Amino acid sequence: MCLAIPSRIVEIKDRMAVIDVDGVRRECSLLLLEDAAVGDWVIVHAGFAISRIDEEAARETLSLLREAAALAGGAPGGEPPAGE
Amino acid sequence: MDPADKILLDHGSGGRIAHRLLRDLLLPAFDNPALAELNDGAILEVEGSRLAFSTDSYTVDPIFFPGGDIGDLAVNGTVNDLAMCGARPLALSAAFILEEGFPLEDFRRILGTMARAAREAGVAIVTGDTKVVPRGAADRVFINTSGIGLIPPGVRVASHRARPGDRILLSGSLADHGVSVLAGREGLAFQTTVQSDTAPLHRMVAAMLAAGGEAVHVLRDPTRGGLGTALNEIAESSGVGVLIHEETIPLKPEVAGLCELLGFDPLYLANEGKLVAFVHPEAAEAVLAAVRADPAGRDAAWIGEALAAPAGRVVMQTRIGGRRIVDMLSGEQFPRIC
Amino acid sequence: MATRHSAEYRDRHLVQELSSRIRRLSRRPLRIMEVCGTHTVSIFRHGIRSLLPETITLLSGPGCPVCVTDTAEIDAAIELARRPGVVIATFGDLLRVPGSRSSLERERAAGCEVRIVYSALDAVALARQTPGREVVFLGIGFETTAPTVAAAVLAARQAGLGNFSVLCLHKTVPPALAALTAAGDLRIDAFLLPGHVSVVIGRRAYLPFFERTRLPCAIAGFEPVDILQAVAALVAQAETERPQVENVYRRAVAEEGNPAAQRVLAAVFEPADARWRGIGVIPASGLEIREAYAAFDASRRFPLELAPAPEPRGCSCGEILTARKTPPECPLYGIRCTPSDPVGPCMVSSEGTCAAYFRYHDASAGG
Repeated sequence: MCLAIPSRIVEIKDRMAVIDVDGVRRECSLLLLEDAAVGDWVIVHAGFAISRIDEEAARETLSLLREAAALAGGAPGGEPPAGE
Repeated sequence: MDPADKILLDHGSGGRIAHRLLRDLLLPAFDNPALAELNDGAILEVEGSRLAFSTDSYTVDPIFFPGGDIGDLAVNGTVNDLAMCGARPLALSAAFILEEGFPLEDFRRILGTMARAAREAGVAIVTGDTKVVPRGAADRVFINTSGIGLIPPGVRVASHRARPGDRILLSGSLADHGVSVLAGREGLAFQTTVQSDTAPLHRMVAAMLAAGGEAVHVLRDPTRGGLGTALNEIAESSGVGVLIHEETIPLKPEVAGLCELLGFDPLYLANEGKLVAFVHPEAAEAVLAAVRADPAGRDAAWIGEALAAPAGRVVMQTRIGGRRIVDMLSGEQFPRIC
Repeated sequence: MATRHSAEYRDRHLVQELSSRIRRLSRRPLRIMEVCGTHTVSIFRHGIRSLLPETITLLSGPGCPVCVTDTAEIDAAIELARRPGVVIATFGDLLRVPGSRSSLERERAAGCEVRIVYSALDAVALARQTPGREVVFLGIGFETTAPTVAAAVLAARQAGLGNFSVLCLHKTVPPALAALTAAGDLRIDAFLLPGHVSVVIGRRAYLPFFERTRLPCAIAGFEPVDILQAVAALVAQAETERPQVENVYRRAVAEEGNPAAQRVLAAVFEPADARWRGIGVIPASGLEIREAYAAFDASRRFPLELAPAPEPRGCSCGEILTARKTPPECPLYGIRCTPSDPVGPCMVSSEGTCAAYFRYHDASAGG
């Protein structure tokens, strides 16, 4: 129901931010997110940042999964695929 | 057909609904064998030589976009349609429909672009026409170009010649043109550095044919409707299955990013300087080397293979190891929230 | 490179690990409803079904705003589009949705002005640039989108715009979940909950629904690893018979949601009954514009006759949205109803169950 994409804030002026997704930039409103700062990763939906990505939670989730994958004897799951 | 039906923008999108218009209205109206082949151009036998003949009209918004303008498209597009028949382009025509009030300066700029593109492609614009319509009866400038080319003896490329076992080559990164135009469109306000890939491909094709000869079975430039639609057309006319591998398809990060933001699938966005080729495996490496030697083919890659089944369908092995069907485009893609 | 927070979640090794974990854990058949249409698209686009054991069935639910927008509401939008001086601004999702006789795409071909926007704020900007025209924005979507539209209304008021209004068609998720499970013959064993709605409303918002049903629930993100991780969580809950509302999208979803977005939403909108296509009226499952913002409410500014519109004959969208049928079980599917010539809404939206099924489904690929 809701396409929303992880983006990095590269600039803030008033309550508007410039966000960057893989080099694509656009203005995005911060009216729905308190305390956003340059460098934050946020989730953007229809021109609004609606959530800040919790880096700590992301790291935890991924490292648990990677450990499980390593235990299962698969190749290490640490590297994002090339060309991404 | 309902008498109240009207032409929708989707009828021009190059996808399934455009195909239906072709099948239901155009083919019955003009019925003949050369047309029925449905290649990028018609192939005509004239006193022992084979000529390729192709025409295309160009309308794009915005008319100037990063990496080119409507003039580049009008020259390169028709040169490429001839090239996809295996032909060496001989000459082009150019016809303009101009809207009253269109700035002369913009027209001059477009003509300059066309002259340069024609020079670079090594083909002359030898005849033309200009019409002006009242303000509102056209959007600034529409261009039609037609071209003729000569098909060398021994060259037999056609969209029905794909065979199981053929390898599928894409000559470079996907969807650059589609994204450059989208980003430049008024109202969307995205900034990217992506440039249109508009380029003439006939020299690349000549090199491929020199390297692979009859082993080059199919050539197609995936313009409107994108790679997904082009592969479906080939799968249907050749009666083969097509399997492509998502992770092998060259895609610039910015192109991927804009597609994610807008909910677009890059498989259905236009390319203006790329080709897809079905090649018999024996000539595969020689053909790839020929493509990579061309500046527009440096990032060429094998993206899949033709199979005996499922005939007429395109399947993609996804990056994560799943499988999905790739259908033809069913209508122009719009920015969406879902 | 901004692929962070998405590329990691498309890692083939992690996907394989989760896929084999699910195969290991799953013994009993489990019918999981993915409530959200964006999940449906992601599942098809990445070929996720082909990675799941036969015990798992994924069903698409009513979380596609296009699919559940009532025919009469589309008709109302079309009637507005036909009024002189009105410019309709809409997300692209709604353009092809058939009303009872036409669609916005057809109206545009017939000369009405219909603009596609990326953000509700773009519609506000359009109103500012065209002072002589009435810009009507079609407010569709769930709790993720509704705050963005509320913020646009606040921006329009702050700018003193007199020519911007919203036709409010927003809906909310928890009441719909309650209605789905309250009906008899429930054919759903577990719920994959929508990650971006949850970003706004928080995990907490599902607890009353959960307490009533005690069905396994998992809040999921939209990348393949997110979805498979949530499926694994649901399988584990079902196999151990320990249902809960599990948040497996912790990097984005907080327990209490996004308070700022909730405040903006509540300032402009209040709950109202809403008609869901194929399901009927669900109490308090929609939003309407508060009295204080009446000037920005298109339904007050342009009184509309909302004649009830019958569903297209033979269309099974209602049963499909509530998991009582799969698309191929609909008599129109693939014959009279295809993505380029849709009859029902589930075929229109690219995230609609039928359209996604039609585009991506491949029986031979194990889907």
